[in-house]
Amino acid sequence: MLTVGVYACGGGSQPAGEGSDETASALITVDGSSTVFPIAEAVAEEFGKANRNVRTPTVGISGTGGGFQKFCRGETDISNASRPIRPAEIEACAKAGIEYIEVPIAYDGLAIVVNPKNTWATTMTVAELKTMWAPEAQGKVTRWNQVRAAWPDREIRLFGAGVDSGTYDYFTEATVGKEGASRGDFTSSEDDNVIVQGVASDELALGFLPLAYVEANREKLKIVPVEDGKADNGAGPITPSAQTVRDGTYQPLSRPLFIYVSRKAADRPEIQQFVQMFFDRTDLIKEVGYIELTPQIYELARKHFADKKTGTAFGEGGSQVGMTLEQLLAKER
Amino acid sequence: MKRFERAIEWALLLCALLSIGTTAGIIVVLAIETFAFLREVPITDFLFGREWTPLFATPRFGVLPLVAGTVLVSAIAMLVALPMGLLSAIYLSEYAPTGVRRAVKPVLEILAGVPTVVYGYFALLFVTPMLQQFIPGLAGFNALGPGIVMGIMILPLVSSLSEDAMQGVPRGLREGAYALGATRMQTSLSVVLPAAFSGITAAFILAASRAIGETMIVAIAAGQQPRLTANPFVPVETMTAYIVQVSLGDTPQGTLEYRTIFAVGMLLFLGTFALNLVSAWLRERYREVYA
Repeated sequence: MLTVGVYACGGGSQPAGEGSDETASALITVDGSSTVFPIAEAVAEEFGKANRNVRTPTVGISGTGGGFQKFCRGETDISNASRPIRPAEIEACAKAGIEYIEVPIAYDGLAIVVNPKNTWATTMTVAELKTMWAPEAQGKVTRWNQVRAAWPDREIRLFGAGVDSGTYDYFTEATVGKEGASRGDFTSSEDDNVIVQGVASDELALGFLPLAYVEANREKLKIVPVEDGKADNGAGPITPSAQTVRDGTYQPLSRPLFIYVSRKAADRPEIQQFVQMFFDRTDLIKEVGYIELTPQIYELARKHFADKKTGTAFGEGGSQVGMTLEQLLAKER
Repeated sequence: MKRFERAIEWALLLCALLSIGTTAGIIVVLAIETFAFLREVPITDFLFGREWTPLFATPRFGVLPLVAGTVLVSAIAMLVALPMGLLSAIYLSEYAPTGVRRAVKPVLEILAGVPTVVYGYFALLFVTPMLQQFIPGLAGFNALGPGIVMGIMILPLVSSLSEDAMQGVPRGLREGAYALGATRMQTSLSVVLPAAFSGITAAFILAASRAIGETMIVAIAAGQQPRLTANPFVPVETMTAYIVQVSLGDTPQGTLEYRTIFAVGMLLFLGTFALNLVSAWLRERYREVYA
């Protein structure tokens, strides 16, 4: 009995018959943003199906910040990011001699979600989001009617991305006005599914989530339209959708998503094929719930990758609030 | 032959030293990192602060919300495990026929063998939704659901150890009680229970220390929101769940944020260690010696 168990274990950990061809067996390791995860995972699956002799790439979810830490230590080939690389991370990579190619792959709208049983929160302004999430709110803003007087005098329970997450960085920059500044007394997790579970099971909850996670849980969550108080990009509260994110009216919570490919890894043929697949299979982006970039941007990105153009187009680094597709295009040029 | 015997003795000693060495190593690592942490955060801020947000832009290092979460969930677990565990112990020891006891006891102990991750999802996806039918406004992550499930998990510990303690009471005491005309209930409650008191208390305390150290159930089902509350219907975070949360993320080694998990771990260790000492002391102090 015991020996059987031991043999079974040994067999499982040894990739039998794959060690013969060195390049074919080299595993592609991807880690980073849980926002980008659904895209990377879908592409990885298709890639695995299309290339039987290559092992399906592994995709982790350490968060954008956590992903860059591993990436700049040379532990991963590709790092998923829901914000551009930061100066501190640029420095860490430079110190370790890791060069990278920045590839924009999709657009996302960060959705504000509540429980379907929530009848009062039908719209929300950016100022109200700031009231809720600002560092000063900690321990003080704890009830719905403290955010808007018409809302009920009941507890508000907040759920959001963890501090290692690019989603957290972006959300705080866009609502509170400072990247990484927020209250600390909310349920935070790097895993967006925890936030889905929390909001879906609590009438008094409010959370923020990438669109793909909302798409995948349509019946369990209710989207709150957001009003940014600026008339020039669409007046009134706007619901995030492919349409409003693409035409730049869902602001300030729309943002580009990236993958960062290690320059060294980009020489490997299987990595090149894998990255090409992000450009060729943009239908997958739509399928998981995100918004495709324009063909011009994909063309530019494809060219940059082919030329192995290293570095970032976002010298200032960190989250870029309110960037439209046109502005992204201009950056990439 | 003699040399062989000696070798075995050494090997056994080595095994014993290994586990002692491991324990010592853990304590040393915990202590070093905790002292490094306390050099930057005053111990009064740590022990008596009422806000715990070490990972955020305005870090606060008051551990009380985590302690409150831990105590709350453990208290609920004990409220479930103590009465049920004790009653089933009395039944098994004093009432059940030998055949029933032989069959029931192992079944009860299977509960202790269920992986805690299974209990965690059981609490999150079954117990909490069920409780929400009766308790409006119960959050999806809360202290109540995992507390109840944890109580079920430590129930066999309570019942098994209590039953052992009651079985240890000599037959003569029971027979004496019967001879005086006591009923079975009177014998159980007035003679056997007091005689087994120290063993039962030790079982309770061991169960409590197990509940305090339990990680997976609370990490999955109790939420990850440190808050100083005694309300079992809202999300809380326990000390163990916090350690898991930080270990899963990518907090860089050697930073203050990273050291918080050692400081919290040290506190947790001291807490369960103290409980275990009390348990051992009780067993010694109040053991009735029947010659």
